[in-house]
Amino acid sequence: MLIWENTRLALSGLIANKMRSFLTMIGIVIGIASVIAIMTLGNSIGMSVRQSMDSLGANQIVAGIQRKNTGQKTNSEGLTYLDGPRTEKPSEADLITQEMLDEIQQRFAREITGISLTEQVGEGRIQTGEKRAYVEITGYNRAGLENEKLTLLAGRTLTERDQEEGRNVVLASEKMVRKIFGNHLSEAVGNSVEVLIDKQYVRYTIVGVYQYEESAMDFTVSSEDDIRSALYLPLKAARAQKHNSSGYTRFTALAAPGAEVAKVSKDLQKYMNEKYYRNNESFQISAMNMESMVKSMTQMISGISLVIAAIGGISLLVGGIGVMNIMLVLITERTREIGTRKALGADNNSIRIQFIMESVVLCLIGGVFGVLLGIGAAFAATRAMGYQISPSLQGIAASVIFSALIGIFFGYYPANRAARMDPIEALRYE
Amino acid sequence: MKRKTMIKFTDVRKRYYIGKPNELEILHGIDLEIYEGEFVSIVGASGSGKSTMMNIIGMLDRPTEGEYFLDGMKTEKLKDKELSAIRNRKIGFIFQTYNLISRTSALKNVELPMLYFGLDGKTRNRRAKELLDMVGMGERISHRPDELSGGQKQRVAIARAMANDPAVILADEPTGALDSATGRMIMDIFQHLHKEQGKTIVLITHSQELAEETERIVTLKDGVIVGERRGKAC
Repeated sequence: MLIWENTRLALSGLIANKMRSFLTMIGIVIGIASVIAIMTLGNSIGMSVRQSMDSLGANQIVAGIQRKNTGQKTNSEGLTYLDGPRTEKPSEADLITQEMLDEIQQRFAREITGISLTEQVGEGRIQTGEKRAYVEITGYNRAGLENEKLTLLAGRTLTERDQEEGRNVVLASEKMVRKIFGNHLSEAVGNSVEVLIDKQYVRYTIVGVYQYEESAMDFTVSSEDDIRSALYLPLKAARAQKHNSSGYTRFTALAAPGAEVAKVSKDLQKYMNEKYYRNNESFQISAMNMESMVKSMTQMISGISLVIAAIGGISLLVGGIGVMNIMLVLITERTREIGTRKALGADNNSIRIQFIMESVVLCLIGGVFGVLLGIGAAFAATRAMGYQISPSLQGIAASVIFSALIGIFFGYYPANRAARMDPIEALRYE
Repeated sequence: MKRKTMIKFTDVRKRYYIGKPNELEILHGIDLEIYEGEFVSIVGASGSGKSTMMNIIGMLDRPTEGEYFLDGMKTEKLKDKELSAIRNRKIGFIFQTYNLISRTSALKNVELPMLYFGLDGKTRNRRAKELLDMVGMGERISHRPDELSGGQKQRVAIARAMANDPAVILADEPTGALDSATGRMIMDIFQHLHKEQGKTIVLITHSQELAEETERIVTLKDGVIVGERRGKAC
C-alpha cells in the first residue's frame, strides 16, 4: 500500500518538475535505447543469417581438400614462415576422384543420399538490344540439382542424357526470362541465349524455366537490376567449358533424413583422410556441415552485439550517476518535507522507500521510453538493411528490470541520506 | 479527583556538544507535569529553551539527563521505529510555518499521518474529510497548499495534527505568521478542541497575550522554569 502511495507521490513529483525529470531521464533513455537497438539488431541479423543458411541446407556436408599445415618451418633467426608459396595449386594426385566418391557413396550408403557436385563457370551478361540480365552459370550433377529443389514453371528439367552428353542446355530463372523474353515464359523454352563470360560469348539453349526465390543475401546488391540469377547447366558441360576433366576440389554430401549430420561429417572426414590422404604430404580432407557453420556464425554475431551493447551500457552508468545527482538535489530541496514527514510519524525506512521509489519510477519510465526508442531504431535499421526484425524479448525484459535496478542502486545513497536526517535540523532548514 | 498525567518531566537536562570545549547546557533540570485535557502554554523569549522543550515533548529529541514520560510511558530507550510510531499516534504537530506537503492536496496532507499509521485508503479519506469539515475547510479539500491563504493552511495543519486522534497537540507558535484576525480564528479552533473534545494542548509561544488564553502558563527563562500561573481559560 505504501508502495502504491509512494509511486503516486513520485509521479506527481516528476510531473511537477517536468523539464528536470525529462533531462534526467535522457541518460537512461539513451543508454537503454542503445543497448536494446544493438541487441535487437544483432538478434535480427543472426536470425536472418540462420534462416538463409538453413535454406541452403542443414543436411549438407561440404567436404573439400585443404592444405596441410605442415609446411611451417623455423629459420635460424627464429622466424616462422610457410614453406613454399601458399597459393600452390593442388596437383592431379591431390584431387578427389570419381572413384573415391563412388566408394564413399557405397561406404556411407545409409547416411548419405547423394553427392552433389558443382562447377562454377562464372558470371556473365546476356544482352539483346536494350534488354539486359546478369547471370551466374554453374554446372550441377543430378544430385546437386535435385538438392536445389527448384520449381519448374515451364519446359523440363535437365535429364540424365543432358548430363551424360554434357549438352549446353540450361534452366533459366523466370527473372531473367522475363527480362529478355517478356512475360510468356514458355516462349523462352527452346530458345538460346548468348552469354558473355570472360570476354567470350557462349551459347546456351534454355530447356526449362524455374521459379526465382529471393534470398536474404540479395540485400548486398544495391539495385534490383543487378541481381544475378543462376543458370543451371549439366555438370559435364560446365567442366568441359572450364577444361576441367580431372578430379574435384570439393563436393557436397547430402545427409539422409534423420542422420546425425555432425557425426556423419566427422566420420566422412576421418574415412577419407585415412583411406586416401594418409600419404599425401600437402593436402587433406576437411568436412563441414551447415549446422556447425550456422552455430559459429550466430555465436559470433551475438558475441559482437553483446560487446557493443556493453559499451552502450556505459552510457547507462552515466545516466545512473545523473539520477543520483538529481536525487541529491531533490532531497536537499525537500529537507523540510522530510522533517515534517518524520514529525508526522514516518520512520527512517518509510523515507528511504519513498525516495528509492522516486528514483525507480524515474528510471523505469526512462527504461520504457528507451526500449521503445531502441526498438524503433532497430526497426528502422533492419528495414533499411532488408532484414526481418526479431526483437529479443529477454533483452527487453532484462533492460526494464535493469533500469529499475539502476534506480535502486543510484537512488539508495540519496534516499539513505534523507532517511538519516535529523528531524529537528530538517524542520529548521530554510 | 486526580487527573491522569499526560506529560511528565523529571529533572530533564539537555546538553549539546557534549565533551567538547563549547559544551552547552540548554535545559537545567526541568520538572513539569501536564495533565490530560489541560491547555498549557510554555512561554519564553528566544533562547529560553522552549524549542528544545518542544522537541523533547514531541519525541524529536531526547533529554541528556533526567526522564520524560509520555502518557505514562518511559521514552528513554526507544528506537527510531518506536519513536516514529509514538509521534504518529500520540503527538499532533502544528508548526508556525504550517509545513504542508506542497505537491499534494489538503486532503492528502491530512491523510498523511493515517498513511503512516497504516489505515486503508477508504478510512483515511472519510476521516480526513470529517477533520477538514471540522476546521471549516470542507470546501477546499482538493486545493493544494499554494492555493490556500495562511489561515487556511494552518487550519489544514490542525486537521492533519488531529488525524490519528493524538494524546497531545503540540503547537509551535501557531499564529506567529498570521495577522491578528486570522490568529484569532486559529485560537478559537484550539479552544474548541480543548473544551468540546477535551484535547491536551501544549502551546509554545513567546507571546504573553496568547498565553493568557490558556489554562496554565509555564514561563521559561534561560533553561529553567521561572514561574507558573493560571490563565484566563481556567
